[in-house]
Amino acid sequence: MSLSASAATANFPRNQGVPLQTDWFDAIAVNTSAAERRAATMTTRRTVKKEFQAAWLVNAIRCIDLTTLSGDDTPDRVARLCAKARRPLSDEIMTGLGLDHLTTGAVCVYPSMVPAAVKALKGTSIPVASVATGFPAGLTPLALRLAEIKYAVEEGAEEIDIVIHRAQVLNGDWQALYDEVAAMREACGAAHMKAILATGELRTLRNVYKASMVAMQAGSDFIKTSTGKEGVNATLPVSLIMVRALRDYGRLTGHKIGFKPAGGMKYAKDAIAWQILMKEELGNDWLQPDLFRLGASSMLADIERQLEHHLTGRYAAAHRNAIA
Amino acid sequence: MSKVTEILATMEYGPAPEANGEVVKWLKARGTFGHLIGGAFTTPAKTFAVHNPATGEVLAQVAQGSAADVDAAVKAARAALPGWQRLSGHERAKWLYALARAVQKRERFLAVLETMDNGKPIRETRDIDVPLVARHFYHHAGWAEMLADEFPGTDPVGVCGQIIPWNFPLLMLAWKVAPALAAGNTVVLKPAEYTPLTALAFAEICVEIGLPKGVVNIVTGDGETGAALVNAEVDKIAFTGSTEVGRAIRKATAGTGKKLTLELGGKSPFVVFSDADIDGAVEGVVDAIWFNQGQVCCAGSRILVQEVIAEDFTRRLKARLAKLRVGDPLDKSTDMGALVDPVQLDRVSSLVREGQAQGAVLHQAPCLLPTKGSFFAPGFFTGVAPANVISEVEIFGPVATLTTFRTPDEAVELANNTRYGLAASVWSENINLALDVASQVKAGIVWINGTNIFDAAAGFGGYRESGFGREGGREGMLSYLADTPVKSKTEAAPIAPDTAPHPNAPGRADGIDRTAKLYIGGAQKRPDSGYSYAVTAKGRTLGLAGLGNRKDIRNAVEAAHACKGWGKATGHNRAQVLYFLAENLSQRATEFTERLKAAGTPKAAEEVETAIRRAFWYAAQADKFDGAVHSTKSAHVTLAMNEPFGVMGIACPTDAPLLGFLSLVLPAIAMGNRVIAVPSQNMPLAATDLYQVLETSDLPGGVVNIVTGPRDELAKTLAGHDDVAALWYCGSAEGARMVETESAGNLKVTWCPENRDWLSPAGQGRGFLTRATQVKNIWVPYGE
Repeated sequence: MSLSASAATANFPRNQGVPLQTDWFDAIAVNTSAAERRAATMTTRRTVKKEFQAAWLVNAIRCIDLTTLSGDDTPDRVARLCAKARRPLSDEIMTGLGLDHLTTGAVCVYPSMVPAAVKALKGTSIPVASVATGFPAGLTPLALRLAEIKYAVEEGAEEIDIVIHRAQVLNGDWQALYDEVAAMREACGAAHMKAILATGELRTLRNVYKASMVAMQAGSDFIKTSTGKEGVNATLPVSLIMVRALRDYGRLTGHKIGFKPAGGMKYAKDAIAWQILMKEELGNDWLQPDLFRLGASSMLADIERQLEHHLTGRYAAAHRNAIA
Repeated sequence: MSKVTEILATMEYGPAPEANGEVVKWLKARGTFGHLIGGAFTTPAKTFAVHNPATGEVLAQVAQGSAADVDAAVKAARAALPGWQRLSGHERAKWLYALARAVQKRERFLAVLETMDNGKPIRETRDIDVPLVARHFYHHAGWAEMLADEFPGTDPVGVCGQIIPWNFPLLMLAWKVAPALAAGNTVVLKPAEYTPLTALAFAEICVEIGLPKGVVNIVTGDGETGAALVNAEVDKIAFTGSTEVGRAIRKATAGTGKKLTLELGGKSPFVVFSDADIDGAVEGVVDAIWFNQGQVCCAGSRILVQEVIAEDFTRRLKARLAKLRVGDPLDKSTDMGALVDPVQLDRVSSLVREGQAQGAVLHQAPCLLPTKGSFFAPGFFTGVAPANVISEVEIFGPVATLTTFRTPDEAVELANNTRYGLAASVWSENINLALDVASQVKAGIVWINGTNIFDAAAGFGGYRESGFGREGGREGMLSYLADTPVKSKTEAAPIAPDTAPHPNAPGRADGIDRTAKLYIGGAQKRPDSGYSYAVTAKGRTLGLAGLGNRKDIRNAVEAAHACKGWGKATGHNRAQVLYFLAENLSQRATEFTERLKAAGTPKAAEEVETAIRRAFWYAAQADKFDGAVHSTKSAHVTLAMNEPFGVMGIACPTDAPLLGFLSLVLPAIAMGNRVIAVPSQNMPLAATDLYQVLETSDLPGGVVNIVTGPRDELAKTLAGHDDVAALWYCGSAEGARMVETESAGNLKVTWCPENRDWLSPAGQGRGFLTRATQVKNIWVPYGE
């Protein structure tokens, strides 16, 4: 069974966006305590064991945007990452699980690393995702941010992870936010756009909901929690509110929007937790890579160890598996 | 295809059973359980089978407790009492700490056993029930330690008979046993017949840690065993269960002097305003009525939704309902397990059918139920009229009703349109609105933007027919401490009212005739009967008093209800009125002294002086007998508010015609109650003389209503009046029994204080204020 897919091959129409509709979120009420309670019981109400756990971990791998976003990234470093994306598990584990083909959902890099990634992934269906628009702060002039998107797309990125201008959320300047994100979406062209809300800097869950809604109205294909560079990155309560916004948008427009938590998720159990969230709040469609991605780098290594343990019954050592 | 690839195609959760081997081994080893009496397990004579409701399998045979078993257990508890009371608070704290630790060390064992016995999901026993059990023992280890400091001069009640339900078997045990032991009581506990197994495991834990023999006794059995316990030589009965049984216990204990606390049924409102976090509130419903299969006395079973969001809310609720997983309670991914017994399944099913037949529309989870076991698909009703049976009756299953409202006033009206008053849940992002509704809802627990949040530090218990007494927190300790002992004094026997003219006992001829009427709604009213009776002393007629009857009581209760502002007035406002009352009484001290002298009251001047001082004291308390902020969970403000009952009846002793009356009326009105008082039957004129004092003191009409006449007859009408929330009766033992028996109708709170020397310090105190209020705990989670 071949397990790879990309947003570009999603079997539903892309979100075209809608004109800015502030009345969809102006009066939104989000009770933080209630959201925290729901998030806290998400993983105490559901669990997966044995083969089911193994399958869910494999599913997580195919939804991972394997990421390197460091100042010291080099083409060779990126190539190494891409090699891991092409072959995320050892042959023994693949055979043991009865899998013949598995890749991560994408590889995610800085714009200047896109050529290296494209080259390294040639011959695969793994898309290259590039961050853009002055990542991570998003405070460079708009023209430069748009130019950055175009550059990445021209270099072969099929997915663009943009960052929003946080001040526009904090000040409630929804029109400006909408216009910028819409412009970014246009600049993306055929490339799918993930809008990073940097929720750790939006502070309130109401802000998270509103920013999610504007990003979707402006045509985002995915909404994404964090850059990985904020003080607080992906959390379950924030993710809960984003997927609820996404659900509301879907009901209002008929469009399916993807969700990508990113940053801070290091362990296999995080992979399970977020998949439970998607299944419970949205449904199985959001367990596919065209609607769900995990922005992570070290999580894969932990998943590998868990899968190895599943197969051998022995606890695994990280050094016995290939690093990314 | 491999198994993994198959699963990848469906992304099912798959089975995740909690292992139960250890518990099965234990059940097999024990096979049959006896009672724990005096530190040893009895050899059972007659037994009954205990089933796993999820499978129907027999788990164990358990002894059917006979009256003799109960007596033996009570004797063992009685024998253990002196030794247990003699221990220092610290020593008792060590035992409670040991119990808390032992529960923690057996946490998974107890969780698995509870799930097998009760049918509730392992998630709940593991994450909620058992941790709360440990929390209660820890919390009460603290009360044991501090008892002498925090409750100086109080004694334990004695031997407590405790009867607990099957919905939270071990947790209810903890709620009962922990405060009882902390206060220095010994207990005989009867677990529910469906679910005795965790109590028996707890019994083994008590033996294991070496708890002194007889301090905790556990007798298993059915309702007959419970009835035997109620009738046994115990000093207190604490009962959690149905209102029907609670009522029977109220009658059975009437006049026995047994202290009683009842935690009964509920039909709690779950109010969702249009400005609420709707998804959050939907999730609240899951935690409210789809928690523990809906077998929760405080479950938010009446969902009230503001009309403007009703459609949206209903759609979201249906979607959420569809996600619930019903099945094997031992599976870690199960939301809802089995109802406790096929009997309950039948009851719930038939009520649901009845609701449908009366026109309500049922929305049920589209889940596949296991083929065996007592499973019921959760759901909710729409199109439910208040007159539908399912709006009124506690279903005690996973089915809520959904009704719409238009305005906050209507929400409150609907919320309070019930006989019960256990809990309420209010959802709004507007703190003003939420707290306003919380203050108006008649319920012992109000959760704002949350539901079914529990902690040992906050009191749990109801208003109205949901019972009385609190479990948890400082207020819960009061339920296990005896009243401060007073030197009781036999009152003068009531003189039967004589309505005939009295030519042989002439009254005063001088001056203008004074007519003492009744005082109802701030106006003097002629008695409905058209009769007056002679008030005589030393062979002379001092005057005539109206002969009140049941219609006068009815009118007085209505007048009291009409005076709604008093309970909402500030403590300061009420204090001002009471100070003014003292001032006006002082001005007329000579007149009152003369009246009392004429009536043959000894120490007349002192009685008047004390009455004035007492008015000052309760005026002082009016804005000081306040509540607490309990230390419960993080990011929660838990407000324990002392609320007035509303409308209270007060039947006064024949003695101390002025001071006896004011000693009971003043604390009641200081706390915001409106009262219907029956003054001294023998000498009501001291009270009727007060009309002018009350009127000149700015006391709003209807706060104090006075009906003179035959006390016990009038008290009986008050006790049987369903719109009177509490009744104090100071009179004969026979009268007390009558009052307690009659009170079972609406389960009003009764207090039958002994007659005493009202001039002594025993005539006033915080104890009167505690009796004049009920604690409402309002939970306000916060966080942004």
